[in-house]
Amino acid sequence: MNWTETLHTSWAAVRSHSLRSLLTVLGILIGIAAVILTVGLGLGTQKDVSSQISSLGSNLLIVSPGSSTDSSGLRGGFGTGATLTTADAEALGSSVNAPDIAGVAAEKSTSLSLEAGDANWTTTVTGTTPSWLDVRSRELLAGEFIDDDDQVSAASVVVLGSETATELFGTTNVVGRSVTVDGRSFEVIGVLASAGSDSSSNLDDVAIVPLSTAASQLVGGAGGDTVSTIYLKAASDDQLSAAYQEAQSVLLNLHGISNSDSADFTISSQDALVDTATSIYRTLTVLLTGIAALSLLVGGIGVMNIMLVSVTERTREIGLRKALGAPPWAIRRQFLVEAAILGLSGGLLGAVLGIGAAFALPGVIGSSIVVSPAAVGLSIAVAIGIGLVFGVYPATRAARLAPIDALRSE
Amino acid sequence: MAERASDLVVSSTAPEHASGPVIQLSAARKLYRSGTIEFEALRGVDLAITEGEYVAIMGPSGSGKSTLMNVLGCLDTLTSGSYRLAGDDVDDLDEAELAAIRNERIGFVFQQFNLLPSLPAWRNVELPLIYGRVPAAERRERAQRALDRVGLADRYDNRPGELSGGQQQRVAVARALVGEPTLILADEPTGNLDSVSTEDVLGLFDELHELGRTIVLITHESEVAERARRVVRVRDGLLLPGHAEMAEEVRA
Ligand SMILES: Nc1ncnc2c1ncn2[C@@H]1O[C@H](COP(=O)(O)OP(=O)(O)OP(=O)(O)O)[C@@H](O)[C@H]1O
Ligand SMILES: [Mg+2]
Repeated sequence: MNWTETLHTSWAAVRSHSLRSLLTVLGILIGIAAVILTVGLGLGTQKDVSSQISSLGSNLLIVSPGSSTDSSGLRGGFGTGATLTTADAEALGSSVNAPDIAGVAAEKSTSLSLEAGDANWTTTVTGTTPSWLDVRSRELLAGEFIDDDDQVSAASVVVLGSETATELFGTTNVVGRSVTVDGRSFEVIGVLASAGSDSSSNLDDVAIVPLSTAASQLVGGAGGDTVSTIYLKAASDDQLSAAYQEAQSVLLNLHGISNSDSADFTISSQDALVDTATSIYRTLTVLLTGIAALSLLVGGIGVMNIMLVSVTERTREIGLRKALGAPPWAIRRQFLVEAAILGLSGGLLGAVLGIGAAFALPGVIGSSIVVSPAAVGLSIAVAIGIGLVFGVYPATRAARLAPIDALRSE
Repeated sequence: MAERASDLVVSSTAPEHASGPVIQLSAARKLYRSGTIEFEALRGVDLAITEGEYVAIMGPSGSGKSTLMNVLGCLDTLTSGSYRLAGDDVDDLDEAELAAIRNERIGFVFQQFNLLPSLPAWRNVELPLIYGRVPAAERRERAQRALDRVGLADRYDNRPGELSGGQQQRVAVARALVGEPTLILADEPTGNLDSVSTEDVLGLFDELHELGRTIVLITHESEVAERARRVVRVRDGLLLPGHAEMAEEVRA
């Protein structure tokens, strides 16, 4: 009996009980869908995290005003106070007190309406210092960034994000043109290169002005000296924790606070961001892996059960085939292939369900799911394998039936 | 395994064996054991059947006819004694080798027809060829020729459920002869048939006999047994004396 015949016969057997076969493979179906989602979630989280990290700039620490007892929260104390000032930023820039901090960029952000001709666009206007470009690891598409002179003179100049430029002017070729911010006219001196978006904001929809300009001319935020966030860049990866310690002690000192538990600011790092993202992923992974493992086991037992039923139902057929010359291996192979077909059907249906869920779920759980063809292929192979493994016992039983007993059965 | 068995078959069909008895059963005993109860269904049977013979086996119910037939068909093994089929000792063969022997040398016809209900007639007929590794196109061709021979040329694609009992048994006969076996074994092939269908099937056996096939047929009906050239009577697991003379008589 060759493979074509075996496949033909086994497929006919599966198809002759299509509802039963479908119910049998339900466990495998769910298991495989869960495997695809687990792997997809892992890859998706990796992608989210790495895009966040690269969008933030490397070796970055983020100082936010207000205290936070939630160690994982970038936003735990965000905006809950006005305790950070430009003086803090200057102190952190000291190479004596904070030798491991290579760059400091204070930000004072507010949402404002920008106008250019008839176009009108509301975006985040951020006042900051020239170091921002380096600290946030951003690059210019055109023009220049704000410099120290602009800072000192509180110049009415603005650097636009690529998307902001496009929204206002329909192009990014806008250096030298003017835009009205909060009723005042600003000159566009540069456009930022695209950086995508992180978890909380669109990095290409921004308007950067000198910090002094933001403090003196634009409304929004509290008093002139306060800033909303200070970004710190450690001199290297290895110096990140030293930089963290230095920032902590400099700010505590400056704010006259002796106990770090009562700090009126929060310093967080990319690690914290990664933790937030991966904790969602970990919970879901544990859940899905559990479902997958259990479903595959249940599915396997289901296949074994239905194959035993099939062998019993077809005892007479087995006896006849043996009488006509089927050797034991041909009978075993026929039932193994039948079990493998059940596994394969479960795997294929599970892959369809998993891929469907991978497209539907991200909107619900807020985390990307990447469908990996390798994972889909592998899990279908696993499904076939489960069919085979759990089919061995029923197939062996069929192969061992004595032809005469099988023929005589009713 | 199966390859080895078919090599054996090829060598055994060489002319040197052709002249000897097709079936040579000596001191054959078959003991059935179910739990503590033992029952000896064959109690020392000697039987020789030469090539081309048409033998009927008769005897009361429970006398051991089917047991004997199963042994002859290599479907069951002896408890003691020996069985040579076409010169080869089959007592020591394993399952796969026995399967190859059944496939190539024996055609079965059962009282219950034993057709697979999901397959059309020609697919039922080709089954032995599948296990004999005959290519698909040739299988179909041979299956259809076999159906032509039993008068079912217009029923290739009918499933067993769409055929009468007599037609089903003719499909079974086609299946038994499609592999061109030396031996055809039929256990009450007409037991479920009316007289017209019985006549059809017996007519086919007559033709096969004329073509030189060895036929062993179990029956309760003496009209059926009369068609055979030799009648072997079984009682309580033993052959009744006298069958040897009858055989001589036929050969004479
Ligand atoms: N598997 C078995 N286990 C135990 N006893 C068996 C078994 N098969 C057959 N027998 C017994 O062996 C004896 C012979 O059975 P067998 O089937 O050969 O009879 P038979 O001559 O074919 O009868 P019938 O004409 O009714 O078909 C019977 O008494 C039967 O009960
Ligand atoms: Mg019987």
